[in-house]
This record gives sequence, C-alpha cells and structure tokens, in this order.
Amino acid sequence: MQRKFDISRDIMTKEDLVQPGMLSCQGCGASLAMKLALKGLGRRTVVVIPACCWSIIIGVYPYSCLNVPAVHVPFESAAVVASGIRAAYEISGLEDVVVMAWAGDGGTFDIGFQALSGAAERNDDILYVCYDNEAYMNTGIQRSSATPMGAWTTTTPAGSLKEEPKKDLEKIMLAHSIPYIATGSVAFPDDLVRKFEKTRTIKGTKFIHLLSPCPPGWRIDSSESIKVTRMATEAKIFPIYEIVEGRYKINIYPGRDLTVNDYLFSQGRFSKMDESTVEAVQKSADKKWAELVGFSCEGG
Amino acid sequence: MAEAVKLCRVRVISAYPITPQTTIVEKLSEMCAGGELDGKFIKVESEHSAMAAVVGSASAGVRSFTATSSQGLLLMHEVLHWAAGARLPIVMANVNRAVGAGWNIWADQTDSFSQRDTGWIQFYCESNQEVLDSVIMSYRLAEKLSLPVMLTYDAFFLSHTSEIVEIPEQEKVDAFLPAWQPSVKIDIDDPRMFGGIVGPEYYYEGRYVMHIDSLKALDLYPKICSRYRDVFGRSYDIVEEYRCEDAENIVVTLGTITSVARITVDRLRERGESVGLMKVRMFRPVPVERWRAVLARAVRVIVIDRDLIAGAGGVLSMEVKAVLGGFKDDIMVFSAIAGLGGRDVTPQDVEGIVEYARLRDVADETPIFWGLKQ
Repeated sequence: MQRKFDISRDIMTKEDLVQPGMLSCQGCGASLAMKLALKGLGRRTVVVIPACCWSIIIGVYPYSCLNVPAVHVPFESAAVVASGIRAAYEISGLEDVVVMAWAGDGGTFDIGFQALSGAAERNDDILYVCYDNEAYMNTGIQRSSATPMGAWTTTTPAGSLKEEPKKDLEKIMLAHSIPYIATGSVAFPDDLVRKFEKTRTIKGTKFIHLLSPCPPGWRIDSSESIKVTRMATEAKIFPIYEIVEGRYKINIYPGRDLTVNDYLFSQGRFSKMDESTVEAVQKSADKKWAELVGFSCEGG
Repeated sequence: MAEAVKLCRVRVISAYPITPQTTIVEKLSEMCAGGELDGKFIKVESEHSAMAAVVGSASAGVRSFTATSSQGLLLMHEVLHWAAGARLPIVMANVNRAVGAGWNIWADQTDSFSQRDTGWIQFYCESNQEVLDSVIMSYRLAEKLSLPVMLTYDAFFLSHTSEIVEIPEQEKVDAFLPAWQPSVKIDIDDPRMFGGIVGPEYYYEGRYVMHIDSLKALDLYPKICSRYRDVFGRSYDIVEEYRCEDAENIVVTLGTITSVARITVDRLRERGESVGLMKVRMFRPVPVERWRAVLARAVRVIVIDRDLIAGAGGVLSMEVKAVLGGFKDDIMVFSAIAGLGGRDVTPQDVEGIVEYARLRDVADETPIFWGLKQ
C-alpha cells in the first residue's frame, strides 16, 4: 500500500516562492525540495546555484522561477560565493538575509568540496544545502562519490557497477565543528521545512543534506519518486537526523521496518546488483543505524 | 598596494598567499584586523575560491579586491572569465611571476599574458608609485565600464623593493573615487537571476556588448588619467612615448624592463642614435590606434618580451605585429626574448638588442633569444 503523502496545513499555507514554469523532469525531488526549503526560509533569502540540475530548472534567460534573488556560479564555487555575498552583507549591515548555497551531489561531494570545506572551517555564516540525487544527473547520469555501492550509472555500466560505498559527508562536516548538520528528505516535508526554519536562527555554517529522487537516473516511474525516497529512510539507508553543536538526534524513526532489498529493487538502477553486494549494503545500513542510535543516546 | 586598497575604501578582500604577493595579503590582514580599513578579509583555501569570493561580494554591490601571482592566477582562470562575463568591477593585483614547471618565483609575464583572453582589462606597471596610482584609477575605470581590471607588476623588482611613494590624501581620493553605485546588484527586494543559462538567441549579443564596453576603456582611460593629473599631479596614459618623435628605432617594453630601456635610450641618443621607447601600460583592450600612432613613424620596432610561449614566441611581439599588420607592413618588427624567470636585464642587454636590430634591413622571422646560454 502506498502511504499517504503527509504534509501539514501549516506548510501548505506558507508563501510559495517558487513560481510555476520550472523546467524540472516529472517527479523531480530537487524542485520540490527548493519549494519546501524556501517555505522554511522565507523571502529574505539569496540562493547561490552552481552547475547542477537547478541551473536548468530555474529557467532560461530572461526567465527565473524563483521569487528570491539567485546567482548562478561556477561548478566548484557555490560555498565560497555564498561566503562572499555574506561578507558583503555583513559589511553593509544586512544581517537578516540568509545566503543559501544550493548544490547537487557532484557540486558538493566532489568538485565543490574544497570550497565547502573552506567555508565550513571558517564557519562562515551561510546555509549550504546539498540536494543529493546520487549521480551527475544533469549531464546524463554519471557516477559521483555520492553514488551508492552497486548502482548502475552511465559510467558504471552493467559489468562494472559502482563498487565503492557512498562518502559519509555528515561525518566529514562534523569534523569541521560547524554548529548545524542535518539530513532531510522530500518524503518528510514537515521535518524538512522545520529544519530550514531552524537554520535561520543559527550563526555559522549550516549544512543540510537532502535525499532527492531522480526518476530518469534512478530508473523509477515519476509517480513513484516520493514513495521510493520514503523507503530509503524506512530501510535505514538514508536516516533522517540532525547534529546540533555536535549532538546527534534521530528525527524520523521508521514506522515500518523494511530491508534494503525492498528499497533497492524498487529501482531499475539497482536491478543488476548481485546478492553479495545486497548483503554488504544491508550490513552497512544496520551498522550505520546502530551507530546513529548510539550517538543519539549519548547526545541525550 | 595595500595603501591604495585602503585609500579606495575596499569593503571585501579575499586572497590566498603566494610568493611574491604575500606582503600585500599580510598588510591588508593587519589593516582589517586593526580597523584601519573598514573591510572584511575572507581568508580562503585557494586562489580559485579567492576569485569566487569576490565574485560573490561584487555581485552584492560591494567594492572588492584580490591579489595573486603566477600559479594562483592560473588556478583562477575559470573564475576570471566568469567575473568578466558577469560584468563585475573587481580590481586585482597580479605580481608577475614565472609559471612552472620549472618552479620559479621570479619575474616573468607569462602568467598574466596567458589570461589576456578572459575579458579583463590589463595594465602593466613600472614603479611602485605607478602601482598605487593605478589602483585608484582602475576602480574608477572598472566601475564606469562594469568590467574587472588586472594590475600587474614584476615580482621582486617591484614587489620586494622599497621605493618612496607619495600617498594621496584620503579626502582627495574620496572625491576622485566616490562610493560605487552599481546599476544592478543582488537585491533582496528586487529578485533577479544572475549568471544563469542563456541560449543561442541572446549569448552572442551579451558577448558583443562586453567587447564594445571593453573598447570604451580606450577613450575613457585617458580622461580618467587627465583628471587624476589635475587632482594628484601625476600623469599617466594608455601608452607612454619616450623620445619617439623622430626615432627610426622604437623599443617596446612593459613592466620594469622599461626603466632599464629608458636609460639605454638616453645613452644611445647621446651617441647620436635614433632610438625611442614605447612603454605599454594598457594591454587589454588592445590600444590599436594608439600603438599605431606611436609606431607608424619607425623603421624598426624592437619588442622585448619577458615571456616565451613554446611554439609561438613572445606574446607582446605577436600583439604588436597584429596591430601593425595590414596597417604598415614595411615596418620591421624584431622580437627579442629576455629576462625569463627573473634573469636580470641590464642596460647593456637592451643596448645589445637594439644594436643587433639596428644593423639589419630585414627583420628576423624568429625571435632574438638574447642572453641564451648554449
């Protein structure tokens, strides 16, 4: 049975800063994620977008679908351009504006990582969001270091599926001692909007990692994208939690226990995965969840 | 340099240390820390990020500065194109240093010449006074045209040499260079999209306008210089002619070799030889008419390059040939390569180069590799 897509009335009534006419694919998680994020942040937000799906989604000159200012910048520079804008606003006394870098997994885990690490180490007062669709989707589904083990992409074709596990970015960000780190998912909109609202009052670098379904890249039907994304959390492959000042807290405890099998084989990209890899993914998910529960308890 | 940045009331600085630019970064850090300069210094993790940070701050409408050299400039390359395309009036100092491999920290123009196609306006300076004055004039030019300006000067010969520099009064600089009022900036109350995707139906026109605006510097800069002279008493231009009036042989230089060449010209003139000097200050946009006006009278033009592009030759000589080609093809253009990687160029060297050319009635097809060890 497909679950109802729960979304509270409170969110529905918040101002929608994304206009009709965006150029996303059907079932795109990234476009929904932006809509929800801006509901949490409000109008006084500047969005910095490096090369990614959102370079296209936002619209072709002279159009933009966002009702907030947006700056498109080179692939690897989102975090530091945000730092530059933040510095300009600080020196001009514009303290209440949120400067949000909004990048894909390639622009975050790979090519943009150096600038992100720099901004986080300086604890620049920016919000950095990675909407993670787990591959270079905009260029046609090539593997990134966020692509999960066993996934098919055009650069990890059948016969050489991705062998390496996904990079654990939250831990790397935690090692930068920034005040706020969170994961989120378009399948849990209330949690997602609340997290964006929360970042408004936190000084320093905030990092939010969103799982963002991509029907063409994940080889799923566009009508399934929310359902499949929800299963990622239910199967404990993508747990929803936050780390505030170093203290972990799990935000979503799955209402039903799924195995990784249920999640993986709901998608075409994992259809060629062999049994031993499925086992390895299950082990890694169990281990990560146990670790998270442990950290959460310690954190109180 | 740092004093000039302070005088210009720059609000955001971002830079990454590299020899021989470090003295600028250190001084600016102190000025920001001590409140002497009311600006924010973003200490980034790379030059790529330094340029990207000022792309951010300038997009938000705030006067911004960065400085680099050599490898650092090369790492910025992608963002240099972006800054120009985004029409941001950033001013950057580049201390001219050789590029690796071989690892060499000394003077050479290859670094900034290799960025000549990025859309930045480029100036080459000969003295520390010129560096200071040029920063102030450059912000004026950049903000009028919405284009970035790169100021370059030679590693160590200038960057690590103490000279007496007259520092203008702040009030006079404020009057000359008022606060920047961008016509468009990231404005929270006027949401717009910057730097987004542009299709074939608009891209060409955008690049054309940028080209035309760059050429406007050729008219505008002399006006800025003449106002600068009126206020501060020092006179600059796009090019500087020295004893060129009746010169059959004109040496073309930029950077610190110019000072050496000037002495040489005096010596040769004393001996009754017909030699002049054209100092290149503005390199981009290419001052076609101004170069032609100076060089048209010469029989021989002798271009000295402190750079060598493998498989092509000296960049300045290629530029000069391109300007004279089809205009006056009977002028002999000699290309000399000298002083690479900081090797000293003495008045004897310049004299030797001039004498070599002066005795020939046909220009060599290949450069004169002056001082090359066998």
